Amino acid sequence: MTVLDLADAQMTASALVSLRNVGKTFPSGLVALADYDLDVRQGEILTLLGPSGCGKSTVLRLISGLASPTAGSINWSAPQIKNNIGFVFQDATLLPWASVFNNVFLPLQLSGLSRETASPRVNEALALVGLLDFSRSLPRELSGGMRMRCAIARALVTRPALIMMDEPFAALDEVTRFKLNDDLIMLKRQFGATIVFVTHSVFEAAYLSTRIMVMSRRDGRIIDEIEIDPAIPRDDDYRSSKTFAEVCRRASHALRISIQEATR
Amino acid sequence: MSKKRGTIHWRDIGVPFAVLFAALALWEALVRWKNVPPYILPAPSVVFEKLIEDRELLFSSLMVTLGVTFEALVVATICGVALALLIAQSKWLERALLPFAITLQVTPIIAIAPLLLVYMQPGNAVLVCAFLVAFFPILSNTSLGLASVDFGLRDLFDLYHASPWQKLIYLRLPSALPQFLTGLRIGGGLALIGAIVAELAAGASGQGTGLAYRIVEAGFRLDIPRMFAALALISLSGLAIYGALAALSYVLLRGWHESARADQE
Repeated sequence: MTVLDLADAQMTASALVSLRNVGKTFPSGLVALADYDLDVRQGEILTLLGPSGCGKSTVLRLISGLASPTAGSINWSAPQIKNNIGFVFQDATLLPWASVFNNVFLPLQLSGLSRETASPRVNEALALVGLLDFSRSLPRELSGGMRMRCAIARALVTRPALIMMDEPFAALDEVTRFKLNDDLIMLKRQFGATIVFVTHSVFEAAYLSTRIMVMSRRDGRIIDEIEIDPAIPRDDDYRSSKTFAEVCRRASHALRISIQEATR
Repeated sequence: MSKKRGTIHWRDIGVPFAVLFAALALWEALVRWKNVPPYILPAPSVVFEKLIEDRELLFSSLMVTLGVTFEALVVATICGVALALLIAQSKWLERALLPFAITLQVTPIIAIAPLLLVYMQPGNAVLVCAFLVAFFPILSNTSLGLASVDFGLRDLFDLYHASPWQKLIYLRLPSALPQFLTGLRIGGGLALIGAIVAELAAGASGQGTGLAYRIVEAGFRLDIPRMFAALALISLSGLAIYGALAALSYVLLRGWHESARADQE
């Protein structure tokens, strides 16, 4: 069985970071999250799936330290992981005046590394995403997919143990999105980093993830948690398999409940 | 069909020049046909002759006015950027300093000039007037640029624990560059206007050096062609300043900012 119920899930992997009773209320009084629990397990691709405004991005911001919880706690298995998190935003979020090389170099530059010292690592990251020949180009000279590859290279260059991806492929066309999905799985295999991925797309979640958490529109409550066997190769055969169809059906059903809850 | 990036079509230059020459030809023809005396409206050819005849006097005056303009622009740029950086560091400083800057901006320079002439040497008063009008657009545009950093990029720098100094050097200053250059372009034109206004206010006490004084002097002598010749030099100087600053802006923003890219597409 590849699609597991929460109760059946094998909890062998250790939690990299745990959120316990976490709440986030904005100064306007808007409750983004309430009593939210989450374990991000070592080595997984965890996808947070849910309608707009359900708090998916807030979870990423809280884990990465870009926002602080107003309630609860965030516990790390090792403090050094917290200080080296990769983040890929919905927009590529590149410095428009800087070349591709300098954009990827930025995290190392901010940590105090010289250009000479950092150069091999930057080139390695660029080679991994297939942008080595474009290192002198400006972001405006690249396609949307290439810009996103540059953002992924920037997230990888510090060799983080944990990478946050906030709907990174949402603005891309279907063909580019499929290609980047495959590239991401390949990079994950090479780097072994843990990934927390946010998406609106049931199909993207079913293809990429080893675990999907469908969030409620109201206060981010978990409606369903779907485990997918990480050993299944992610290829075209998987896209047409019964397992893929079952994951999509179950995620879609949970998503429908989430939306119905919101409109009730 | 769109034109190639980076190429300038002959129409971009040719059309404005054609319109200018047509207007000058019409002016010349009307003056000759109606026999308008030069002390009422000189023909363009007479103005041009006067420009050649008085070239030494007019160009030395032009150099004085341009010198004041550039000095004022340099000081306004240094002070405007420095104050914008201070304001960007603290809301308290913004509250404390911005009202004074706005007060200086909204008070007409022609009303301040006579007072400055009481307290300062005429040369310094002219410089301060030109500085005051050029300063505010540079300050306000740079402040706006420093405050308008993309939220995603701010998050990125926070994620990598960038220091305030790193944020300033690698993020805020480059982000503010387009707005700063807009302020500089406006300030360049205004510095020339400020210098001319202050020279006019200084009048006879302005030691007879700048172009505005030449206009006043020619007016007293009813030498209307010289007035037009001086006016033409002022207009050409304003265009040259604007063109030079627009070119600087294009070179610095080419390839990454919409304002420079729009010219290429």
